[in-house]
Amino acid sequence: MEETELQNELASIRSIMERSSKFISLSGLSGILAGVYALVGAGIAYKIISDVTSKFDAVIGNLRLRDPDVSVGVVYGGESVLVEKLFIIALIVLIASITTAIILSNRQAKKKAQPMWGAVSRQLMFHMSVPLVTGGALIIILLLHGYYGIVSAVSLIFYGLALFSASNFTFGEVKYLGICEIILGLIAACLPGHGLLFWALGFGVLHIIYGARIYFKYDK
Amino acid sequence: MNISFDKLDKAFENRVRLQIMSVLAANERYDFNSLKDLLNITDGNLASHLKALEKEEYITVHKSFLGRKPNTNYEATDKGKKAFKDHLNTLEQLIKQQKLA
Repeated sequence: MEETELQNELASIRSIMERSSKFISLSGLSGILAGVYALVGAGIAYKIISDVTSKFDAVIGNLRLRDPDVSVGVVYGGESVLVEKLFIIALIVLIASITTAIILSNRQAKKKAQPMWGAVSRQLMFHMSVPLVTGGALIIILLLHGYYGIVSAVSLIFYGLALFSASNFTFGEVKYLGICEIILGLIAACLPGHGLLFWALGFGVLHIIYGARIYFKYDK
Repeated sequence: MNISFDKLDKAFENRVRLQIMSVLAANERYDFNSLKDLLNITDGNLASHLKALEKEEYITVHKSFLGRKPNTNYEATDKGKKAFKDHLNTLEQLIKQQKLA
């Protein structure tokens, strides 16, 4: 055996150990795009909220003119329509992000000779799904009880936990993204009323930063 | 210090066997189909190399059923892990030696 042959042997061992235990086909580009979708979604949500609030203020103002003691609860019906609209926006952002991630990772997997649906990606999905499903169920429960203010913080925290728990099966960067999402979620929980801003930071800005890092480090 | 190629484990002379051991060193367990997909080889080829490693007592087999489908998992034994580590060390030393020469 020649020196280069020995080194090839070691390199192939290292590569197969990595490919067998870590899903290295996550695409950085899909992270960037998911961030962009989230920012667009947050922008539309902001527009809807400010439209509704200005109408809401106008209605309250009119009612107050007639009866100064009118309570906010009178126009409560407007809130559930708003929540429904925001929920649909969030759902569209989620579906668009997942679809992009699957398509682009599939392309990466072919490039890196790693099965898209193998032992590692199954582990990754499993470890991600436990915190994610828990968080999703909790959010639905909170929405049903009308605790709208905390939903953004809860979604960031559980998404962060999901990333943290899945990070053993992919790039180490995912672990730090998870920790950042958790911290951001906790800050959001301390500052009620700024949910949309933190949501845009966590799902938009952080994804773009993370995606760019993965893209330049591994996508090539 | 002079290390000869004889010190390399004969069981790992074959590339596929070395690759199987690499996977089992990095993962607690791995199933037959995932191994096949990862290494991109045929059923028969993989099975014969797994048999050889099993005969050396480098790996153990766990058979179970997932629904009705048989699911076979493989795990490296302590003996196998040690042999793999020694093999890697020898490879490394051979490279160092050739660099000095």
